[in-house]
Amino acid sequence: MDDFYKEYILDHYRNPRNFGHLENPTAVAEDLNPLCGDKIQMELLVGDDGTVADVRFSGKGCAISQASASMLTESIKGKTLEEVAHLSHDVVLENVGIGISPTRMKCAMLGLKVAKSAALGQIATWPDEAAT
Amino acid sequence: MIASADPRAAAIAADFPILAKPTSRGRRLVYLDSAASSQKPQAVIDTLVDYYSSYNANIHRGVYEIAARATDAFEEARAKVARFVNAAQSAEIIWTRNTTEAINLVSFSWGLQNLKPGDAILTTQVEHHSNLVPWQLLAAKTGAELRYIKADAEGMLQLDDLDALLRGTKLVALSHVSNVLGSIAPLEQIVPRAHAAGALVLVDAAQSVPHMPFDVQALDVDFLAVSGHKMCAPTGIGFLYGKRALLEAMPPFLTGGDMIRTVAYDTATFAELPWKFEAGTSNIADAIAFGTACDYLSAVGMAWIREHEILITRYALDRLAPFAPRGLECYGPARAEDRGGVVSFNFADIHAHDLASILDLEGVCIRAGHHCAMPLMDKMNWPATARASFYLYTTEADIDALAAALEKAAEVFKIG
Repeated sequence: MDDFYKEYILDHYRNPRNFGHLENPTAVAEDLNPLCGDKIQMELLVGDDGTVADVRFSGKGCAISQASASMLTESIKGKTLEEVAHLSHDVVLENVGIGISPTRMKCAMLGLKVAKSAALGQIATWPDEAAT
Repeated sequence: MIASADPRAAAIAADFPILAKPTSRGRRLVYLDSAASSQKPQAVIDTLVDYYSSYNANIHRGVYEIAARATDAFEEARAKVARFVNAAQSAEIIWTRNTTEAINLVSFSWGLQNLKPGDAILTTQVEHHSNLVPWQLLAAKTGAELRYIKADAEGMLQLDDLDALLRGTKLVALSHVSNVLGSIAPLEQIVPRAHAAGALVLVDAAQSVPHMPFDVQALDVDFLAVSGHKMCAPTGIGFLYGKRALLEAMPPFLTGGDMIRTVAYDTATFAELPWKFEAGTSNIADAIAFGTACDYLSAVGMAWIREHEILITRYALDRLAPFAPRGLECYGPARAEDRGGVVSFNFADIHAHDLASILDLEGVCIRAGHHCAMPLMDKMNWPATARASFYLYTTEADIDALAAALEKAAEVFKIG
């Protein structure tokens, strides 16, 4: 934790990657961490090959939640929605590179939770689409 | 100008064993979160140990010696709490778990019996969720309207349209001191105007009774809700003060054992005050220790504690002021005299949670987040704030440690 606020974390916090909105996202989800008020929205665009072609996130929060979400957007490009839906905490822990204290784990995992929820929500609509 | 706080606080800090224990990183514990929960003096801890090791027994029924001793200590503690807020009689003190439960008691018992469509409940824009959500639900259940006294940017209540707001209002429920901004509600103005309009007044005193002299009769409040754990007592014990005539007319809230006079298969009659509102075995040990906390605070002197917190708050505002050019913003009333010992702030683009994490590494405990006042945070457009809060054991050295830790945060976040 002492080292958490490294240069690249602060860089992602102050210059978040893939920040903003997509025009026609395939999947969208939003959630907040009521403990601290951190809020994150994720928008995924699935390309013709079935993988995430583009992604945007938006929201407000601490450096840990925002930097983790920013780094996550880079990780999920090129993955299928099934892969996104089944991502584990490890992807976030590997991205941030160092230990996060238990009290801040929810901040770090908020972006992941929202991305997975967006992917799962979209997957849940598929049988209906197949029927039409 | 830097104020000088009374050196007595350092001697008082020695009564609190936790303050002598270093953090896991070997730092001195600098506890600046007393608005969330206060630390406990040795005398209160000893009272708990003494009860459990010498006279642990259920109250109000046992005929044996230790049961009688427990009952006496439990009721003596009620008398101490009554004297602490100058209630006319001990029977006007109802033990609850905390402020929240005390407010819920009034909402369920008095509220459901007395409110109807067309009535209004008047609260304020600065409330803690504990003094807001119960009224939202009560309004939904009874058809009463929930209204708000507006607050300005410093959290001071705007009373210009109070008389209009009071029209049709049956209950005014407001906090005395804001847990976010420290702003103090002018009860001496609001209570008489509420009474003149035919409304009762409930005061959420979670942030005031622990910190300043409070006299329920002088202020003529109808209900008062307080938590013990914010005033040197254990967690899990608080109280509701209510004027006797009001409590007498109210139906029980929780029901069951200990709150009855007689029970038959098809009916029951209820115990007299205060036990009518205390169903089931009470939190005996913590109530007795609450009495010890009142003794402890009274011995220090509530007027001294208030004065000390003004000095410490002024010192804190003075120590934080030099950070302003680097983007530190303090919220709440500008003058220490106008606020409780609570200072909320944000520092440049450092989120309050990151600030709290960095300060924690330095042994400095502050609160970060929405402080259970989400509507106020939305109104002020703050996603979160950091909050340092003070008490009788807070010293200038604690504030100096806060300032040093803020320098560290500026360094980590490359501010300046």
